[in-house]
Amino acid sequence: MPPAGGAGLRLRGITKRFGDLVANDSIDLDVLPGEIHCLLGENGAGKTTLMNVLYGLLPPDEGTISIDGVQHVHVNPKEAIAAGIGMVHQHFMLVEVFTVAENLILGREESKAGLLSMKDARRTVRQLSERYGLDVDPDAVIEELPVGVQQRVEILKALANDAKYLILDEPTAVLTPQETDQLMAVMHSLRDEGKAIVFITHKLREVRTIADKITVIRHGKVVGAAKPTDSESDLAELMVGRAVQLVVDKGRASPSAEPRLVLNGVSVARPNGTLAVEDLDLEVFGGEIVCIAGVQGNGQTELAEALLGVTPVVKGSIQLDGRPLAGLTPRETIDAGLGFVPEDRKQDGCVGSFTVAENLILNHFDEPPYARGIVMDLSKVRENATHRVSEFDIRTQSIEAIVSSLSGGNQQKVVLARELSRPLGLLMACQPTRGLDVGAIEFVHKRLIDERDRGTAVVIVSTELDEVVALADRIAVMYRGRIVGIVPPDTSREVLGLLMAGVPTEEALASASRTKLAEEDNTMQAIGQDVRHES
Amino acid sequence: MSPEPVRAELVEDRPSTGSGHGARRRIVIPWSDILITIASIVLAFLVGALLMIVSDTEVRSKFSYFFARPSDALIASWDKVSAAYAALIEGAIGGYGPITETTAQAAPLICAGLGVGLAFRAGLFNIGAQGQAILGAIVAAYIGFSWHLPPGIHLLLATVGGLLGGAFWGGIVGWLKARTGAHEVIVTIMMNYIAAGLLAYLLTTVAFQRPGRPDPISPIVDWNATMPRLEGGQLHLGFLLALLAAVAVWWILDRSTTGFAIRAVGANPSAAATAGMSVARTTIIAMFLAGALAGLAGVQAALGPTASGVPVPLTLGIVGSIGFDAITVALLGRSKPLGIVLAGLLFGALHAGGLAMQSIAQTPLTLTTVLQALIVLFVAAPALVTKIVPFLKPRRTRALGPVPEGGLV
Repeated sequence: MPPAGGAGLRLRGITKRFGDLVANDSIDLDVLPGEIHCLLGENGAGKTTLMNVLYGLLPPDEGTISIDGVQHVHVNPKEAIAAGIGMVHQHFMLVEVFTVAENLILGREESKAGLLSMKDARRTVRQLSERYGLDVDPDAVIEELPVGVQQRVEILKALANDAKYLILDEPTAVLTPQETDQLMAVMHSLRDEGKAIVFITHKLREVRTIADKITVIRHGKVVGAAKPTDSESDLAELMVGRAVQLVVDKGRASPSAEPRLVLNGVSVARPNGTLAVEDLDLEVFGGEIVCIAGVQGNGQTELAEALLGVTPVVKGSIQLDGRPLAGLTPRETIDAGLGFVPEDRKQDGCVGSFTVAENLILNHFDEPPYARGIVMDLSKVRENATHRVSEFDIRTQSIEAIVSSLSGGNQQKVVLARELSRPLGLLMACQPTRGLDVGAIEFVHKRLIDERDRGTAVVIVSTELDEVVALADRIAVMYRGRIVGIVPPDTSREVLGLLMAGVPTEEALASASRTKLAEEDNTMQAIGQDVRHES
Repeated sequence: MSPEPVRAELVEDRPSTGSGHGARRRIVIPWSDILITIASIVLAFLVGALLMIVSDTEVRSKFSYFFARPSDALIASWDKVSAAYAALIEGAIGGYGPITETTAQAAPLICAGLGVGLAFRAGLFNIGAQGQAILGAIVAAYIGFSWHLPPGIHLLLATVGGLLGGAFWGGIVGWLKARTGAHEVIVTIMMNYIAAGLLAYLLTTVAFQRPGRPDPISPIVDWNATMPRLEGGQLHLGFLLALLAAVAVWWILDRSTTGFAIRAVGANPSAAATAGMSVARTTIIAMFLAGALAGLAGVQAALGPTASGVPVPLTLGIVGSIGFDAITVALLGRSKPLGIVLAGLLFGALHAGGLAMQSIAQTPLTLTTVLQALIVLFVAAPALVTKIVPFLKPRRTRALGPVPEGGLV
């Protein structure tokens, strides 16, 4: 416990209500300089609300905030920044057509004799970049930077304001595994420089890797503290409030004799004419799950869109149960038995301003029983919604509630309920659990496996290796528009990592076994040294 | 439709998920929209009153000795404002005559407003109601004065012709947008110019120009093609058609598959495309329907009787500024059929009352235009209204339903 009035961030009895909903219920939180403090909780637990209160974006209904011994009833963002609080939002607040340096001076355009001092801004970027190992070019234009680097620019912005307390709101949700590792390294160097970091997440692996302290929030209340050494299942139980199965419980696949989905020499172009998918071959049998692993942007999205028919196939053939799919419209591929779970559920999966009931019939709204001719049968629409909502346990106030009022996990359940409510030949799911909490992930995985066991060919695109390994019967690794290898799910992470970097299968396997030997060597030496020390 | 059994099922089926709120189908009344609109109207009238006081020389002269005798200035102001607004109200709803004048003025505004509103629900800014109405008027008037058919049939054909004329004009825009990606705002504005030019040209041709007249005016429409009206007022078939059109639009949007697609494409085109809807086809259909509705406004201008009850000829200014007023009607009506009917009636009343105000209280007709503009301005800037009328604010920001994390940021 820090002495009262000393350095550190202290929240006492913070309560925030939205109407009848208590988003934060008398929360206490202490964050000290030089520590990484994880705020762990499911989506909707109230983590972001708490941080928005701290940052001054929302006034608390009750409670006090004290920053370095100065007490505030509530702050506004300007005061919060002045007091040393910096926030990196889930959705970046950057001007995309500006350079890094321009973004840095945004809102505090210092000038010398009427001229913006871009030189100073550039120097600041370089200095901070070097000091914390951020590696950001001050003259790069934001929209041309990968997501991971954009995030570092947000961190830079906070650091340039002399932030002592950095709030990172679900920073890894948008990152690839490699980018996540890089972010962790940056967080470590920030901590070592004496900064305090509040790291909001629901990913257990990350928490255990990086946290110094863990505070778990459930339904707006602090339910306890945990140690990074606690097991994942203990953390999950604390977070969800019941025992959670972390390992996917799936039986052996019983693939069909003949492949149901056959891709032959498929090429798909990007809007600019270059090939995103090049000469790709793949066979998927009924009753098996093939996961397409790979770093984001290696053609997975384009491949999925080509299967659906929103992006045309330039070359090659796609067949589902012997029927050609290439060249069909989305309408026709859906009718041919394709279930499609898009990568971005807000953008492509559902219409936010439509009701749950309407979203549940989005791709067969004009067919019986929901419509006769052009006349819609609203009682049938409601009947369907009622059944799906209970079958898929969609948590909503009513079937007439608009979908954007639902949590991410429940929105995804709406999409799944729609896609899995008819007989399918092929289920194509892209990032099916992105941004979901543990409970929802468990549910989605179970549904995907159920669909496999019904004899459907299931293709899952995922950049989360944990998920790929847990779900797949076979893993196809994609790199630069081609499949570089198809391996069994018990393949080591290292081999998968090498494949994802484009190393051919045999080489990857060979190289992995070499490193393994080398590692064993190192361990032997280390043990030897220890022995010598002791003696 | 039987909501009762469904309701029962809802309660039975979801014991685990029901969070005590019940899943009854609710009719959502947009209270905050209604209150904001009423406040906007009141505020607009207040600003209008200020304008009258400031712009009247006599009243202003009384203000020069305001501190000596404030009552003079205040009484003069009150007299001026109350006389003008009394005349406005009298002219709009003071008896059968004024009320029917209001409906006659409102009918074309409602039709064209529906055309703008329907397109807006499909995510399209239809600035082209003016051109679509002109096309509707051209076709309807041409059939009206050049064909000579029996009663009933003549009016029916002229009306359908006008609808198709507007639909064709709107359909071109939809087709261009769907096929080439041309922005509908630019295209509709250009189509307005073309329609106005086309009308001017046609009125110089043998087919359209009235024999023996040098100026651009057509023969008068046949009695058989003129909308019948009730004796003693201005209430004619056009108003009934406008109400029918509003019901039709409501049915299309809320009860038909076409409307479902229109709303889906309007709200999220990429989700609609992913779900297999054709965005291009829906765009064309929406613009076709929007054009037909605006065309109906043109039909009313061409086939509606004058105030004295006689048919009209086709002239250059036949549709006035209906197509542009329609944009404000649709805005005020929140692009919902019922809202558009009410907004159309309000603006119709302002038009009708404005004429009375000019003749009785010597207040310029342009004040009604200012009032219209102010109402829409306030409606379009709800934050301004809640600032001036603060008690409206808590209603607007009260959270409805579960608030997603960070949802208020």
